[in-house]
Order: sequence, then structure tokens, then C-alpha cells
Amino acid sequence: MGRARKIRIVLAKPGLDGHDRGAKLLARIFMEAGMEVIYTGLRQTPEMIVETALQEDADVVGLSSLSGVHNYFFPRVMELLREKSMNDVLVVGGGIIPDEDAAELKKSGIAEIFGPGTSTEEIVKFIQVHARQRS
Amino acid sequence: MLDKDELKKMKAAKDKWGKEILQKSLVREKERKEVFTSISGTPIERLYTPLETASLDYNEEIGYPGQYPFTRGVQPTMYRGRFWTMRQYAGFGSAKESNERYRYLLNQGQTGLSVAFDLPTQAGYDSDHPLSMGEVGKVGVAIDYIGDMRVLFKGIPLDKVTTSMTINAPATVLLAMYLAVADEQGVSYDKLGGTVQNDILKEITVRGQYIYPPKQSMKLTVDLIEYCFKNVLRWNSISISGYHIREAGSTAAQEAAFTIADGIAYVQACIDRGLDVDTFAPRLSFFFNAFTNVLEETAKFRAARRCWAKVMKERFGAKDPRSMMLRFHVQTGGVTLTAQQPLNNVVRVALQAYAAALGGCQSLHTNSYDEALCLPTEQAVTVALRTQQIVAEESGATDTIDPLAGSYMVEAMTDKIEAQIEEYLQKIDALGGTLAAIEQAFIQKEIQQSAYRFQKEIESRERVYVGINKYTMKEPPPANLLKVDMKVGETEARKLREIRAQRDQARWKKALEHLRKVSLTNENVMPAVIEAVKADATIGEICNVWREIYGEYKPKQFF
Repeated sequence: MGRARKIRIVLAKPGLDGHDRGAKLLARIFMEAGMEVIYTGLRQTPEMIVETALQEDADVVGLSSLSGVHNYFFPRVMELLREKSMNDVLVVGGGIIPDEDAAELKKSGIAEIFGPGTSTEEIVKFIQVHARQRS
Repeated sequence: MLDKDELKKMKAAKDKWGKEILQKSLVREKERKEVFTSISGTPIERLYTPLETASLDYNEEIGYPGQYPFTRGVQPTMYRGRFWTMRQYAGFGSAKESNERYRYLLNQGQTGLSVAFDLPTQAGYDSDHPLSMGEVGKVGVAIDYIGDMRVLFKGIPLDKVTTSMTINAPATVLLAMYLAVADEQGVSYDKLGGTVQNDILKEITVRGQYIYPPKQSMKLTVDLIEYCFKNVLRWNSISISGYHIREAGSTAAQEAAFTIADGIAYVQACIDRGLDVDTFAPRLSFFFNAFTNVLEETAKFRAARRCWAKVMKERFGAKDPRSMMLRFHVQTGGVTLTAQQPLNNVVRVALQAYAAALGGCQSLHTNSYDEALCLPTEQAVTVALRTQQIVAEESGATDTIDPLAGSYMVEAMTDKIEAQIEEYLQKIDALGGTLAAIEQAFIQKEIQQSAYRFQKEIESRERVYVGINKYTMKEPPPANLLKVDMKVGETEARKLREIRAQRDQARWKKALEHLRKVSLTNENVMPAVIEAVKADATIGEICNVWREIYGEYKPKQFF
């Protein structure tokens, strides 16, 4: 991709949701696509996620939720990123997220929401195109 | 078993068919694929004949229903006696809303209840804990203290229904609340029927609703099992679950193998406590998934039943046949559902329910077609319940016992899956047992590898998934999705403030102190937990007692 350094991505599971099949699968796929992956594990508060993104100097944050709490957690992560002036971090989400919610989440600054059945190739490509370029 | 002569004749006939008929056909037209495999990756032969099952000893390996090794089923009459229990997993919002849904389902002909708790309840947090934010009443009902349980079962006599509760790390607390409500209803414990999931090992490997480290969690698990077989005689004190293992990506054989491995760990833990195997083993129950491949799923259920019977008899020396019976609940496969063309899911669920019936389940939950989109709407729940009623009443699968027995394919597959289970059990033994295998992440890695393989097959279109990688179409966004009221959290928080202020403070304090004292010893905690819930202690307060004593589980991450 002509990047000076590898894309660093923090994958996170906000809230108490335990469905991590997708997150773990993507962690492996991203690694194979040449990214550096930090997976937070379960039970993350928005504060913990943003702190990890800051510490890890993440280019991308990926949020996964299948328990219906995205409307609460995703915008809160965006808010905290803005507070820390991390506006150029690309944030994407995935899970069981109804279309109308996805539209609202995008307004809050989430770049894209990937629903069930999305191919991992599509997700990888999106991140490679949209993640910030740094030297 | 076939005798040598017959075998020889049959082999000759098959070879002849292969040369004269099959080869010609293959030359004219190739088959769709070079190798056929099930969704689990198990190779499937072109044709099964008596040759593939020639070594099977009918009396030893297949036998009769209600008799060791239970391959054909755990009861002598199976569904000719009565159908499986139709049990839809449900619960959302407040206890009052869930109570209404339960009464609706019972009126629709459902025969048992299955309580879904919200995630804060499952993780042992009160509704006003910071980690509960946004989660209260979402994927299940919010239960904070006994008052909620009282409302949840209002107007439902506990001696007339059986109740299954999907609760694990804090299982002792929720069972205690149920028992306390039974006391209030004047129902004695020996009249109570139901199940608590109480299966912490699969929380650690795949489901994620753990609180304490494995060893300390196992202590609570065994406390509950011990308390039940002494006091709540008809209660299934554990539901050893393969369902979530499969959802996390395992194959059918892995699902059965890792579930049985977990079962072995629980039985061993009870024996280590000094309990006699035949006292508690009859109340152990199981919970499996059902995917759409009817043949493989039926074989899986039969293999699991046979394998467990052998494990209990041979490994643990059980004498009571009831200790050797693998009785199980089935839920159709959540991950098999697609958000695309959601009505297609009705068909998937029907096939999966059919597999559960052919496999001899004791109870069944059929998923709603809209579950890849949202929590199920009432319409979708009704279709799901009707689906299993159609399988029971119209399909014919329930009029004879284990109808696929004797199918060359299904018997060969049953054998194969049993062999795969046994191979895994040997590997796990070699690693030092189930807990050691989990600690070394062996089980988790095997499952993740299967999930990865499946994803690759879908993306390369090696495996077709209707609506995902073939037969796709543009469709309007789905309408009429269920929305859970976001205000439940606030209402629950207000209620908690009130109860904390109003309860008998002296009784509450004494009960929690007593619980702490008991928890520092090897004594069974159940009586102290019952006393604490009766004193209006909240789930968070009770679980915190153990958080302080046991510490919290923090898994290592790998992928």
C-alpha cells in the first residue's frame, strides 16, 4: 500500500457482551493482512477503549457489539476520542446493528458499520483505504 | 454384524457396480465437487452401504431405547409417550414485561419456561453498576434482588411449570431467589422442576460470562449440584453446554467432544468432593446446538449419547443407568441465521428442529427468524414455536423411536463422530484433563481454528451459504424490529435505591456477614445464599463477597 508503517488497529468489545467469535476472527485476518492488532478482550468501558487506543497509538479502532448496546457505547467512544483530540483515528463497528441505528452511528462519526454476512475482505479493504497515512 | 460370506458377496457387488455403472456415469458427467464435506468439514462418502457399518454390533452399540448405551434414546417410548418440552428462551426489559411474555407463551401451548437474564445479571452486577450502563434489560430480564424474581413469576405456580435459567457464574444466587419465591408461594422444593445452566467452563472457553477464576468457580458449581440432589430432587443442577461451543465456531464433533470433556471435569469435581457418582449424576443434563445438516446433527446426538454412557460406566464406574443417560436440551443454531433474506431462516430452523427431534432431544428452543437483526419480535417468536409444533404434530418423526437408526449413512456417521470425540478426550487427558486443556488454551484454539476455516470456505465460495455468497439479492431494509426501552436502566436504578433504603438493615448485614464467613470455609454456601437473598441482598452485593475472597478471572488473549 506504500505505507511507511503498518496500520495499528485496536479491536474492542465494549460492555458485557461475550460474543467474540467475530472479533477474534478479524484479529487474525487483520494480522494476516499485515496490520498490527491489539485485541482488548471482553468487558471494556469506553474509557478503557480510548485509553488503549491512546497508549497503543492506534490508527484504527474497531468496535464489536452483538448485545444491542451499540447506541450507548459507540457514540461515547467517539466523544472521548474527540476529547483527547484523536480526531484522525478511524473508527469502524460491527455486530448486530439495525440499519437505522447504523445511520445514526455514522452521524456520530463512526466511519462504517459492518453487519452480519460482510466478507472480511471488504472490511480489510475499507480499513486500508481509509486509515490515516503516517510517516 | 455381517458374516464373512455375506460381506464378501456384498463387496463384490459393490465393486461390480463401481466398475460397470458408476465409472461410466462419472466419465459422462463429473460430480459437483471433488470432495464432499459436511459443514463441520467431515468427509462425506458418495454412498453408504452395509459395508460401512459391517463391524457394528447391534446389541452392544445401538441397542434399545431406555437402555445402555442409549444410542436410540433415553426413554423406552420417547415421543410416543410425550413430546419434548417446548421451551422458548425469553426475557427482556423488566421483570414485569418478561412475566407478560411468559404468560403469553404458556397460553400459546409452550410447556416450559426458559429465562433469559440480561448481561449485568449474568455477570453478577447490579443494574446501577458502571459496567451495566446500556445493558440493563437488553438481552434478557434484569434481576437485582428477590423482589424482581417475585414479579417475574407472578401468577405462575412454580409447581406447575418447569423453569430453565440460563445463569452460570452467579447460578447459586438466582437459584436461591427461585427457591425463596417457591417458599413464598408455599411450594415445597421437591415439587420444583427445572434447570440452571451452572456451566462455568464453557463461559471461560467461549461464552464470556465468567466472574471468578476456574477453580473457585468450580467450587460454587459443585455446591449447587450437591445442594440440589439433597434438597431439590427434581432439579437439573447443571446443563453442560455445547451450544455456545458450536456458536463460537466448532465442528459438530468438537461440540460433542468438548462438552463431554467439561462433563468429565464436573463429575470428577463432585467425586473429589466425596460425593458418590450415582447420587448426583442422574441430575446432570446437557445442552446442544442443532445446525441445518440433519444427518450430521442426528448422528452427533446419537454419538454423544453413546459416548457419555460409556464414559459414566467405564471411567466413573456408575451403576445406576440414570447416571449414564445423556438427557439434553437443544437450541437451533443462532449463527446459522442470516440477516439477509431473513425469512429463509424459518426454513433453516425447521430443518434444525427436525434434526433435534430425530436426535431425541428432551426439550427444544427454536430460534426466531429475525435474530440476526434484533431481539425477536412477538410474531417471529410465534412462528418459531409453531415450527416445533409442526415438527412434533405433523412431520411423523415422533411416531417411531430414533427413525434414522439403521441408515447406513447415519450409523457410519454416528460411529465416526464417536471416534472423533474419543480422540479428543484422549488428547485432553494427555494434557492433564479439561481444566489444564483450557488453561493451555487447547480447546479455545481448536474452536477458533474451525471458525477461521469456515469463514475462509464461505469467502472462497467453496461452501455455499444461501443469501450470503449465492442467491443474493437487493432487499429493502428490514422493518418492525423490536426495540427495548432504554429507560429500563433508570427504572431499575431507582428501584435499587429504594430497596437498599427500605430493607431490614440488621438482617441484611447479618446475612451478608454470615455468607462471607461460610465462603471462607469449605462449607456449602447455598443455605447462606438463600438467607442473603431473603434478606433482600442484591446480586451484586452477594457476588462482591466472592469477588473479594476469590478474585476475578482475567483471561489471556490470543487469536
